[in-house]
Amino acid sequence: MTIITAAADPRDEGFGLYVHWPFCVSKCPYCDFNSHVVERIEQSSWHDAYLRELSYFAAQTPDRVITSIFFGGGTPSLMDPKTTHAVIEAARKHWVADANIEITLEANPGTVDADRFAAFRTAGVNRLSMGVQSLNDNDLRFLGRKHSVEEARRAWRAAAKIFPRVSFDLIYARPNQDLSAWKTELREALREVGDNSISHLSLYQLTMEDGTAMAADYARKAFTLPGEDSAGDMFDATQEMCAAAGFPAYEISNHAAPGQECRHNMIYWRGGDYVGIGPGAHGRLTLNDGAVATRQIKAPALWLKRVAAEGHGTQEQEALSDTARGEELLMMGLRLSEGVHASRFQRLTGKTIDSMVNVAVCARLIEQGFLQQQNGRWIATPSGRLALNEVLRQMLAT
Amino acid sequence: MTDLSHIRNFSIIAHIDHGKSTLADRLIQRCGAVAERDMKEQLLDSMDIERERGITIKAQTVRLTYKAKDGKTYQLNLLDTPGHVDFAYEVSRSLAACEGSLLVVDASQGVEAQTLANVYQAIEAHHEIVPVLNKIDLPAADPERVRQQIEDVIGIDASDAVPCSAKAGLGIDEVLEAIVTKLPPPTGDQGGLNKALLVDSWYDTYLGVVILVRIKDGVIKKGAKIKFMSNNATYSVDRIGYFTPKMVDTQDLKPGELGFIIANIKSVADCKVGDTITDDVKPAAEPLPGFKPSIPVVFCGLFPTDASQFELLRESLAKLRLNDSSFHYQTESSAALGFGFRCGFLGLLHMEIVQERLEREFDLDLITTAPSVVYRITTQKGEMIEMHNPADMPEPNLITKIEEPWVKATILVPDEFLGTVLKLCNDRRGEQADLTYVGSRAMAVYHIPLNEIVFDFYDRLKSISSGYASFDYELEGYRDADLVKVSIMVNAEVVDALSFMCHRSQAESRGRQICERLKELIPRHLFKIPVQAAIGGKVIARETISAMRKDVLAKCYGGDITRKRKLLDKQKEGKKRMRQFGSVDIPQSAFIAALRMPEN
Ligand SMILES: Nc1nc2c(ncn2[C@@H]2O[C@H](COP(=O)(O)OP(=O)(O)OP(=O)(O)O)[C@@H](O)[C@H]2O)c(=O)[nH]1
Ligand SMILES: C[S@@+](CC[C@H](N)C(=O)[O-])C[C@H]1O[C@@H](n2cnc3c(N)ncnc32)[C@H](O)[C@@H]1O
Ligand code: SF4
Ligand SMILES: [Mg+2]
Repeated sequence: MTIITAAADPRDEGFGLYVHWPFCVSKCPYCDFNSHVVERIEQSSWHDAYLRELSYFAAQTPDRVITSIFFGGGTPSLMDPKTTHAVIEAARKHWVADANIEITLEANPGTVDADRFAAFRTAGVNRLSMGVQSLNDNDLRFLGRKHSVEEARRAWRAAAKIFPRVSFDLIYARPNQDLSAWKTELREALREVGDNSISHLSLYQLTMEDGTAMAADYARKAFTLPGEDSAGDMFDATQEMCAAAGFPAYEISNHAAPGQECRHNMIYWRGGDYVGIGPGAHGRLTLNDGAVATRQIKAPALWLKRVAAEGHGTQEQEALSDTARGEELLMMGLRLSEGVHASRFQRLTGKTIDSMVNVAVCARLIEQGFLQQQNGRWIATPSGRLALNEVLRQMLAT
Repeated sequence: MTDLSHIRNFSIIAHIDHGKSTLADRLIQRCGAVAERDMKEQLLDSMDIERERGITIKAQTVRLTYKAKDGKTYQLNLLDTPGHVDFAYEVSRSLAACEGSLLVVDASQGVEAQTLANVYQAIEAHHEIVPVLNKIDLPAADPERVRQQIEDVIGIDASDAVPCSAKAGLGIDEVLEAIVTKLPPPTGDQGGLNKALLVDSWYDTYLGVVILVRIKDGVIKKGAKIKFMSNNATYSVDRIGYFTPKMVDTQDLKPGELGFIIANIKSVADCKVGDTITDDVKPAAEPLPGFKPSIPVVFCGLFPTDASQFELLRESLAKLRLNDSSFHYQTESSAALGFGFRCGFLGLLHMEIVQERLEREFDLDLITTAPSVVYRITTQKGEMIEMHNPADMPEPNLITKIEEPWVKATILVPDEFLGTVLKLCNDRRGEQADLTYVGSRAMAVYHIPLNEIVFDFYDRLKSISSGYASFDYELEGYRDADLVKVSIMVNAEVVDALSFMCHRSQAESRGRQICERLKELIPRHLFKIPVQAAIGGKVIARETISAMRKDVLAKCYGGDITRKRKLLDKQKEGKKRMRQFGSVDIPQSAFIAALRMPEN
């Protein structure tokens, strides 16, 4: 098994490729990702469109060393592994591939079996991220998931044998879930993780996203969610239990054995560059005339058409000011337990952190125990991370 | 050309919601003043706030042309008025502009407190009154009983009262016939010296100042030079005309007619409702009697959330005041809030509406401080101070006497709710003056301190009587009172904008209620916030807002970055609607909301 160090080197954020696959077998009621349920997928058009859009962006970012590729969705395990393979090969051709390149695919239990896993592995995928969501069948039903706990278990056990690195997602702070129920569930999850040498866990608190079916039910008071204090208690317990089991939090919702952090997602949080292809994909690129945010057309059919016609489906390419970059860097970087390197901040934005924040307010936040300054880094403490929106709002208040 | 005998000017008056604006719709429709496709419900309620709240706030005028059964064509000038007590000044000005009133009474509800208040005003203005029994389409309607009630309670002849349904369009022809046959035509001297009453005015972003006038004598022509008699300001008439309700230009306005004048009036301050407009060259000798000034009863501070908007607020107040002469303002400064204005209103709804109009029409963000009535304080030195703001209260040891305003309140309520209503009045320190029956309903008259009814009395009354009680009041005078100032401290700092006066016996329970309300209204912060009520240095109530624990996005990946940045901007916007006291952000809405007492 390759161990990949999450480069603590503040001179490098890495460079990644995100590929968005917009289809799922069914739509989960809580989910506001760009995912759709369709009768038929024309696999070959997707194959061609990805390759075209990839070369469009590659032409603008020559000579970079690619450190990660992430197939996200939607449910990219529904993709033809041949397409996955073709995209990986093309990326290796366009850019120089890092020796330790991380290639992740998101999978939904129930859409994959051992054979399919093997095909993705052969295609070049070396990390699998699985949406398990819950270890409780009733709650899986509430979450609108089509798989059982047992199916998920079979899937992650199979995956663990095939992929060097496996991660799985759980959603907690669910309706009717109290602290002790979550602790029991998390204990079981950590045991499975240990038994199968799974090295990474994403633990998300259930969020009501605008426009989803679940948010509408919630607004109608069809169910209630744990209150702020009990959600806070569950978060705290999560930090403790995972750390004790050897999976400390490296980001608000992400835990890993040291060195097993998701390299690709680290690019986002450290403010690095990434190309985003596929419908609705976002990217951040440093071009000759400055930093830009890219966003591709969201509707899958429209994106396909546009790529076929013009070679890319960019909906918007927005120049990012140094201030906007700085804000993003603080927003993202303070999510990490490593915090934001002052030197990285200055290199990427041309500004000092001090010049962007309200210094007096920051001093107070430090005194109150929400913020720390350590070894040239600005770090949100665990309680600061849990209230990060408010902490940022205060720091950036003029 | 319409001679005076073919003009009828009338106000539509009623208790709130008895259907004035709906009746106006039918009259407008029947006279064909508005194309069918442009018709909508309560057409004259043209402001967004009026349509959202379903109430009339501003009186509105329309000229209608009606061909009557006698074969003649009449010019009808209709004024639709508001029903709520807080807008009574609109009614009194409308009444002065015409000779008759349609008294609309909901035939399913009967006479209510505001029916009485408005009809007495109309009688005082020497109006002919035609009672209209509205809503006869309702199963609960009992026009005969209500007709009798009008005679018994109000004491006017209701034998010719016209039954109608404004909603269903029944009896509308009969209402129109009653207008031309029962109401008198205006009088006036076309050849006489010019006299016109300035009834209303407003600021239009395209047209500038627009004034509404009622011509008494003489003719005002387009291009004429006119003079405001109160300050001798002169202007020449650019445009003149009337409303259908669309603006229609004419060459002139004649005696008896109502209409608008636009005269490039630069100084908003030149326009005073009630003023007399005359000819600059041949001015009238005496002005018209004008209006009694309105007396504000509730005061509060209005401050811009963003201090740099102070000048904008000043201009906006001047423009709004043009359209609402019943509110008053003067500058004030507060330790915590900086520069702003102390404003006087006719009631709490009035205050809410003014605040909302300022925010909407002038794009301001305002903080409203706790409302207060006017107390009279006599100091050791023998001085008498009128105190509009509890923050101005001298130290208790320098005070020899505090007096508070009392009102006479009239409440009409069905018998079954009388017990709870009387209890409410007693809880509010009321003294019963009279209790009589009007059919199955009781009419209770109480003396009550104004500060007991100003904030939430009306809401409470409505809720304990399932909406059936109605209420009206008038100021009576001042009485000695054992009052104390309750200060509110948030995170150990006094927030003067929240301090209030109350009777000593109620200080503790009100202090506790307000702390509880503030606990709900102030969002959690990163730290614990104590909220205390105190008299002098003595804390009488305390609550704690616990510290915020969780406020974070669970997931934040590539696509979420932009979204997250926008969210942060939105939160910054939200923060703009807060005001900082020490390190605590208090939402601007909390200042009034804190005073709304929960139901008990
Ligand atoms: N059933 C019935 N409802 C009516 C009739 N006339 C008015 N209404 C309803 O009564 C409500 C109040 O009508 P408005 O015309 O707004 O009353 P208003 O007297 O102008 O009210 P304010 O201006 O707020 O004092 C509305 O919901 C109308 O639809 C009627 O003849 N019959
Ligand atoms: C795009 S999904 C990818 C995985 C795959 N589609 C699946 O559902 O198995 C990424 C993860 O985000 C989490 N997620 C999605 N919506 C969420 C919500 N409303 N609240 C909390 N977590 C959510 C889920 O854990 C999900 O596995
Ligand atoms: S949670 Fe995953 S499977 Fe469910 S709809 Fe969203 S992307 Fe698809
Ligand atoms: Mg009305």
